[in-house]
Amino acid sequence: MLSSIGISLVVLVLILSFLNIYTASLDLKTSSQSINKSVYKLSLFQTTFTVLSFFTLIIGFINSDFSLINVYENSHTTKPFFYKIAGTWGNHEGSLLLWINILVIFSYLFLVFSQAHNKKYRLYTLIFQNILILGFLFFLLLNSNPFNSIYPVPLEGLGLNPILQDPALAIHPPLLYVGFVGCSIYFSAAMASLLSSYGGKSFAQSIKNWVKISWSFQTLGIIVGSIWAYYELGWGGFWFWDPVENASLLPWFAITALMHSLIVLEKRNTLYAWVIILCLSTFILSVTGTFLVRSGILNSVHTFASDPSRGIYILFFLSLMIFSALTIFFLKYKKENYNFNLKSRETFILANNWFMAFFLATVLIGMLYPIFLDVLTNVKISVGPPFFNIVIIPLVVPFMFLMAIGPKFGWVKSQNKFFYKTLFLILGAVAINLFIFYFFGKYSFLTNLVFIAAIFLILHSFLDIKKFINNKFKTELPRIISHLGFALLVFFIGINHQFSLEEDFNLKVGEIKKTNKYQINFEDIKIKESKNYKAVIGNFKLINLKNNLVQYLNPEIRIYSNPETLTYEAAIKTKINSDLYLTMSNVSRSDYYNIKFQNKPFMIWIWISSLMIALGGFTRLTLKKNED
Amino acid sequence: MKISISKIIIFSFVIFSLFIFWKGLKLDNNYDTKSLIGKRISNFQLIEIDNDSLYISEEDLKKNRHTLINFFASWCAPCRAEHKYLLNLSNKNKEIQIIGINFKDKKNNAMKFLEELGNPYNFVGKDPEGKISILFGIYGIPESILVDSNLTVIKKIVGPIDQIQFDQILQMVQ
Repeated sequence: MLSSIGISLVVLVLILSFLNIYTASLDLKTSSQSINKSVYKLSLFQTTFTVLSFFTLIIGFINSDFSLINVYENSHTTKPFFYKIAGTWGNHEGSLLLWINILVIFSYLFLVFSQAHNKKYRLYTLIFQNILILGFLFFLLLNSNPFNSIYPVPLEGLGLNPILQDPALAIHPPLLYVGFVGCSIYFSAAMASLLSSYGGKSFAQSIKNWVKISWSFQTLGIIVGSIWAYYELGWGGFWFWDPVENASLLPWFAITALMHSLIVLEKRNTLYAWVIILCLSTFILSVTGTFLVRSGILNSVHTFASDPSRGIYILFFLSLMIFSALTIFFLKYKKENYNFNLKSRETFILANNWFMAFFLATVLIGMLYPIFLDVLTNVKISVGPPFFNIVIIPLVVPFMFLMAIGPKFGWVKSQNKFFYKTLFLILGAVAINLFIFYFFGKYSFLTNLVFIAAIFLILHSFLDIKKFINNKFKTELPRIISHLGFALLVFFIGINHQFSLEEDFNLKVGEIKKTNKYQINFEDIKIKESKNYKAVIGNFKLINLKNNLVQYLNPEIRIYSNPETLTYEAAIKTKINSDLYLTMSNVSRSDYYNIKFQNKPFMIWIWISSLMIALGGFTRLTLKKNED
Repeated sequence: MKISISKIIIFSFVIFSLFIFWKGLKLDNNYDTKSLIGKRISNFQLIEIDNDSLYISEEDLKKNRHTLINFFASWCAPCRAEHKYLLNLSNKNKEIQIIGINFKDKKNNAMKFLEELGNPYNFVGKDPEGKISILFGIYGIPESILVDSNLTVIKKIVGPIDQIQFDQILQMVQ
């Protein structure tokens, strides 16, 4: 029943997409200044039916309707209600439907909110967006249909992977999807802009808000994923340079560059071609990332989705996108003359773009090189954290200096009046760094530089905040928040990395382990039955040897029944200045448990500062037109 | 569209990348270690942990009737647990050669580990980056694979060797 409703809705959306393209193309030829009402209606119907199809699937999950293969494979009657809903997008087919929903909703919203702009440009955008929608609809129907039915209807489902049964992970995909799929709208808009010759300032204004929305959501989505990895994967880390994380960084670098250069296009009406390239590549990189992850070429945490037959389809569609984008770009591209003064804000924004391009290239190479090598020479290598750290960290130093100084320059040309202030702040940063270095511990020369640059940017941002409070700097608040967030993030990651304490040992119940700072007593073990899992809970008494403070930590080993899986839940005690992190895992065929104990300074500040980066984006959305 | 060098370069790069992606789809990159049994190991060279000029390759293993390749590290607790079985194997049975591959370890720690617990290995090869072990289809240690003189994998043990595994190995090599 649900299966046929769902499929009918999807087919209806498919027909409406064709109709949309058809009516929009007809409307292109009319001389009227405004878009035909029927285009709006069709889009509204299309959106309604798409959303309904998604709700149909959600209902299938809520009611545990196992006549749908997708529900059978990814849900279970004993699963908590919240995770039944989250299960809708916790699998490949369902998440593809979510993907299509966002394509369609953004398409409609863009149509409604772009009325101040050129008709031809808007219609072309609608046409391209609908071509994208069609591509993904065919993919869904032919290869990954979430509404496929199964007969006889199974009595019970297979269950959702327990590590996905987590609040952070339930919201992580929707956030990322708004971010990544949201890019589609300015991919379409860029193509439309080339075809309708509607470029420059007005183009920048029409896509500005969409860029901000998708940037903010992407940033937030990445952070939530990383928070999840921290407390769920039990390694105590939050960023692993895992292929999937890298796949999410690629479009993020491109979109961050876009967000900055878009300002130049809007204010100075230049950099048009570069902005178009970034618009196109952001979405192309999103789809490339999806392809690499979903096809199974890259193995990682997100293995739920790997299947080569999907890969072929996405690859085909990706090739179509890239070739049409390149062809249209080269056909319409006109050479621009750049005329930038070295001491102008646009120069610095361009510098931001160079850095972003460098980071992007580094991550892209680190990700693709192993695949290329494997295909061409059959040699398997893994490119891991050392590569990324070595290449990226040194560049972060000048990057942060420019992040502080750049916004100080005015547009077009300005006098350098703040040389002494900058020098003073650098000296301040050096002094603070020396203080940390001297009192808390020694670290490498490069780390010194990173700290100095980060502190410099922090101090700079504080001065900006002061100016903001004095009302001189009203429009710059979002920038200040994001830049300060970035500086704090780098600073706290540095501190965390430098001063983390990690102990790895085996203990039996009743045994005691002493380290330099702590004594850990393994007191006892309890078994607890929960709705959908059984937990072995360890009770650890942690005594801080310096101040005799006693704390209890209770890590768990969870045995999920559907599907049968073990997960290790870390016990985390978060305090304002540090996190205590303890995981235990059973050593097979022995009474011993492997204990990993970590003391990680300023963990919470890593989250706060990264959330600040995203917050900057959201604040910019609330600015009124003339303030931006 | 005018044809220029830069356009040709961009298009060929894109075509090349997409081609690699397409080829990449057919790659088998699952570390399904069960399927390893019955397969032959080939193309490897191990350098001795303490002496860079000493090495062995597949040709050397062909001389043994059976070779047990054991992956271990000083930081790995279950490796300690299985060590006594390895020592037993090397004492009891001359039919079997044991090769240790020291996985992502520091040389000094590994030497100390062997000094403390005894050295069951006929040869200890180093693999500080874990690359060689990956070629053997290892995804965690301890793991061991038993190969015959054709270098065909006849048994694979994931996790520490225990009494049951130990008896099975003895049976297989006799």
